[in-house]
Amino acid sequence: MTALLAATNLSKRFRGLLAVDGVSFEVAAGEIFAVIGPNGAGKTTLFAMIAGALAADGGTVTLSGARIDGLTADTVCRRGIGRTFQNVRPFAGLSVEDNVTIGALLRRPDMRSARMHARTVLEALDLADRRAVPASSLTLPDRKRLEVARALATDPKLLLLDEVMAGLRPTEADRMVSILRQLNRDNGITILLIEHVMRAVMALASRVLVLHHGATIAQGAPEVVVRDPAVIASYLGAEAVG
Amino acid sequence: MNDLWRSLDGRGRTVLTCVLAILIALPLVADRYVLSVLTLIFYFAYVGQAWNLMMGYAGQLSLGHALYVGLGGYVSALLWLKLGIGPWLGVFAAVAVAAAFGATIGWLGFRFGIAGVYFALLTIAFAEFTRIGFDHLELTGGAAGLFLPFEEKRVGEWWNLRGGQLLFYYLALALASGAVLLVALIARSRLGYRWLAVREDETAARALGIDAFAVKMAAVVISSAMTAVGGVFYAFYYNNLFPSQVFEISRSIELILAPIIGGLGTVFGPVIGAFVLTPLGEILIAATSRLGVNAPGVKAVFYGITLIAIICLMPSGVWPRIAEVFGLKGRVP
Repeated sequence: MTALLAATNLSKRFRGLLAVDGVSFEVAAGEIFAVIGPNGAGKTTLFAMIAGALAADGGTVTLSGARIDGLTADTVCRRGIGRTFQNVRPFAGLSVEDNVTIGALLRRPDMRSARMHARTVLEALDLADRRAVPASSLTLPDRKRLEVARALATDPKLLLLDEVMAGLRPTEADRMVSILRQLNRDNGITILLIEHVMRAVMALASRVLVLHHGATIAQGAPEVVVRDPAVIASYLGAEAVG
Repeated sequence: MNDLWRSLDGRGRTVLTCVLAILIALPLVADRYVLSVLTLIFYFAYVGQAWNLMMGYAGQLSLGHALYVGLGGYVSALLWLKLGIGPWLGVFAAVAVAAAFGATIGWLGFRFGIAGVYFALLTIAFAEFTRIGFDHLELTGGAAGLFLPFEEKRVGEWWNLRGGQLLFYYLALALASGAVLLVALIARSRLGYRWLAVREDETAARALGIDAFAVKMAAVVISSAMTAVGGVFYAFYYNNLFPSQVFEISRSIELILAPIIGGLGTVFGPVIGAFVLTPLGEILIAATSRLGVNAPGVKAVFYGITLIAIICLMPSGVWPRIAEVFGLKGRVP
């Protein structure tokens, strides 16, 4: 099976700091792939390079075999990658539905079909009853879901999720996990996620990449990775094993 | 357009129809002075609407819109004076020239990431150096100005915009109504929603596949083109153009007040703003002269105080407040 997304030797340097250091991985179509690691490990930088928000200093990114590194963020989205932001960025002055409709416009010919699509997505993300309120009035868990809904409305092949569980209570996180699993299963959307909530990673991911100081220290099935001594030492801590 | 009409509820339709009918019938009863004030209101509603597209919807602050008024006016007046080409044709040239300037400013600003107040400074700079350029341009009479002569034989040639108050009243009414319709249509279109996305958060908009550069270019080109049409009107209505008057920064400020007071990013805001501000200015002139107050700047001080009061009382503009109180919000689509 060919990889949907392949990153090869991706690097990014901020002045003296090597934020991402020759990271390579592949995400297969239909897979849920997680990137974990301590704060400052370079996860968000890695994401930004894939999404075209940040230019890489070295390495390549391909989507379905075609190079996408060096493209602008909007072009990357049109190629089929939807993303969320770690610090949510709703269109605060617009209604929840308008937020998602704008995402839906990417692949819908007119306003009416975009709006219809937005409503379907809002339904899937449990936001249907909030659709008329301004995005600025949403609570954090709702904003996180809005972030996912908006990216999802662009009909991506690959969804990049940057810490969508952070700040959620366990029940809310469980809800998000089941939503994501359903999207993956029913719509065949491939998901690449950055996550700190290990419970969610274990429940969702088929494979995990562990970053530390910008470099890959482990990669593989989640059950295997969490027992890796290097991962325990740098990130999880001894008590996580059990 | 059918969609647009359907989106209004019964009350909205009634109010809109009545207001339009009254304005159309008004010349039957109103005198010249009232018509001249209303003409000015329509003019400011029109150019305010053009600016509103760019600032209120696309979120790009221009403080140099007088540039497009001036260019529109000068181009059409020159074509008329030097080549005898009437304004109905001249307007196309005027629009093209102003849109080219708008595109240049937009390209420079958006290509090189000059945003917010720095972009506003860029727009002021262009308006200012155009003013200085026209001050020294012999073709347009330099600082001494350009005049469209009064010709007895041409009176009544409405197709050359050589007519009286009534002609300009209806022309301004048509311009303002057309602008409202255009903004209402664009606001509900794909482009309109993309403008809103860029206005709210450009980074997030780009992550949703929106080409922010193209979308902002569309805003500045449409806005400058629309404003230039206002400039053609200005030239043929006032029959004189002075660089120091048309390109002056105070002119740019003057034309953005109506949308700000009326409500940025709303369809009716600039219209309501013009209906509040223009008569207010007239009343202040009348009141101060009646009271015998002749100190320079008194009008400006009162004007300023009133604006501050309105902004304090209705921070999001007069129109959103009116719409709320009278239930004219329209149906959620």
